[in-house]
Amino acid sequence: MSAHIELRGVSKEFALRPTRDQPQARTLVALEDVSLEVPRGEFLTLVGPSGSGKTTLLDLLGGLSRPSRGSVLVDGEEVTGPGLDRGIVFQQYALFPWRTTLANVTFGLEQQGLGRRERVERARENLALVGLEGFEDRYPHELSGGMKQRVAIARSLAYQPGILLMDEPFAALDAQTREQLQDELLRIWRATGTTVVFITHGIEEAVYLGQRVAVLSSRPGRLKALVDIDLGDRAATTDLRSDPRFVHYRHEVWELLHDEVRRAQDAGHLKIQPDGTERAA
Amino acid sequence: MSTAILEAEAPPAVTVTPTAPARHTRGHGLTRSVGRLVRRSAAVVLFLLLWEYGTQYLLDPARKVFLPPLHEVLRAWWGLAESGQLQQHVAASLTRSAVGFSLAVVAGIALGLVVAWYDGLREFLTPLLEAFRNTAALALLPVFVLLLGIGETSKISIVAYASFFPVLLNTIAGVRTVDPLLVRAARSLGLGSLALFQKVVLPSAVPTIFTGVRMAGTSSILVLIAAEMVGAKAGLGYLIVNAQSSFQIPDMYAGILTVSVFGLLVNTVLVRLERHFSRWRVAAAAR
Repeated sequence: MSAHIELRGVSKEFALRPTRDQPQARTLVALEDVSLEVPRGEFLTLVGPSGSGKTTLLDLLGGLSRPSRGSVLVDGEEVTGPGLDRGIVFQQYALFPWRTTLANVTFGLEQQGLGRRERVERARENLALVGLEGFEDRYPHELSGGMKQRVAIARSLAYQPGILLMDEPFAALDAQTREQLQDELLRIWRATGTTVVFITHGIEEAVYLGQRVAVLSSRPGRLKALVDIDLGDRAATTDLRSDPRFVHYRHEVWELLHDEVRRAQDAGHLKIQPDGTERAA
Repeated sequence: MSTAILEAEAPPAVTVTPTAPARHTRGHGLTRSVGRLVRRSAAVVLFLLLWEYGTQYLLDPARKVFLPPLHEVLRAWWGLAESGQLQQHVAASLTRSAVGFSLAVVAGIALGLVVAWYDGLREFLTPLLEAFRNTAALALLPVFVLLLGIGETSKISIVAYASFFPVLLNTIAGVRTVDPLLVRAARSLGLGSLALFQKVVLPSAVPTIFTGVRMAGTSSILVLIAAEMVGAKAGLGYLIVNAQSSFQIPDMYAGILTVSVFGLLVNTVLVRLERHFSRWRVAAAAR
């Protein structure tokens, strides 16, 4: 299988603005020499302690920033900017509050230059896919968190990107809604065959969703391990999370992550803000 | 200034099915709205009663001339309306404030968008704009009169000047405070600078801009009346001052009453408009 996404020795550095605590301007290495191939149609989850460069990696894949060294390739072509071949789903939904559900979903389609009728039709289909039929005319503030994230997913799916990039999309949701959306995401993924890169800080979520789990080390983020997840026939198991194989994988990833998390905590890693300052993640 | 925003009720968050919020039965709803009307107008009614009877029974007779009871004022108002004078003054004031206000809104929004978009320009202009904004518009009235005479031009100009700054500054603020996450999301969808501005920055700034427009409406009337008091041949400000100097005290109060109704109407219209354009933000803030 050909690689849909390929990272070749990718590093990313940030120039940190001097602050009162850190009067000297510093360079911060967020990612160091990450190489990774994601085959077409794979569901890859990415875990790592805070400050391991998860979001940085996603930004690079999305084309929102460029690597300091190395290259990011999609379909063998270097990524030079954002594009409709990749859809991003953010943790905080990022819905346009002045647009209705339907108009949020058509947003990306407008960029594609589709006709109005086709846009509406496509948006309705995708809203149906995420189970939001009948909510077309609602505004985001009228929806619960889980529904907002469904809209965001529908918005990204609508323009049929080959790759779906998800940045801790379910982290702000309650446990029940999260599990429900995880199952729906898997259903949608199977139905669409989209390549998914899913960032999470939940080990269980990573093992549950991913065909492979990529574990990043604490800062500077390096690819520490890739764990293949083979849970057999999912439909045959009712409670997958208590299946011995699931427990085994979860423990394996936990072991890998455990030391990294402690190292990150000892170093007091903070999240880098867009303005070049650090703040608690 | 933001009471109008706070008063608006946030629609209930939908959790299960897309049903419309339940409506009250008609009879019950009528009682409620009458009750609300009574509660809301009680203070105004009490004030008017105090005006009417207080002036007749509580006031020392020598002062009564300067503060006639309400019915005399209303009679004078009716007299002015019948003779057509009132309409003439209202028309003069309305034209001036409408023209000045419109000019200010157009110029304020246009310049505000440009200034907010270009960082260098904003940095360059901000200190000057701050200085102008904090200079009371009426302090500049003599300058306007000296330069533009006492005709319509100077009055329209000072109204435009006073209304300009709230619109300008709110437009800048609105554009500056667009949620960076939305910009990121839009950029990830491949929007260029122009599309980003048109589809994300502008819509998200609209509520803030309309707050500025409403503030501008209030200050346009305030400044206009004062300008008309200083030098004019028509207008509500002129009516008030002229009535005072010719000792037609009820006419003077009729003018004041008209100004207050005029101001209330303008404000109501602008608050409605603002609320209409801010609906999504109101509820988003109450989330």
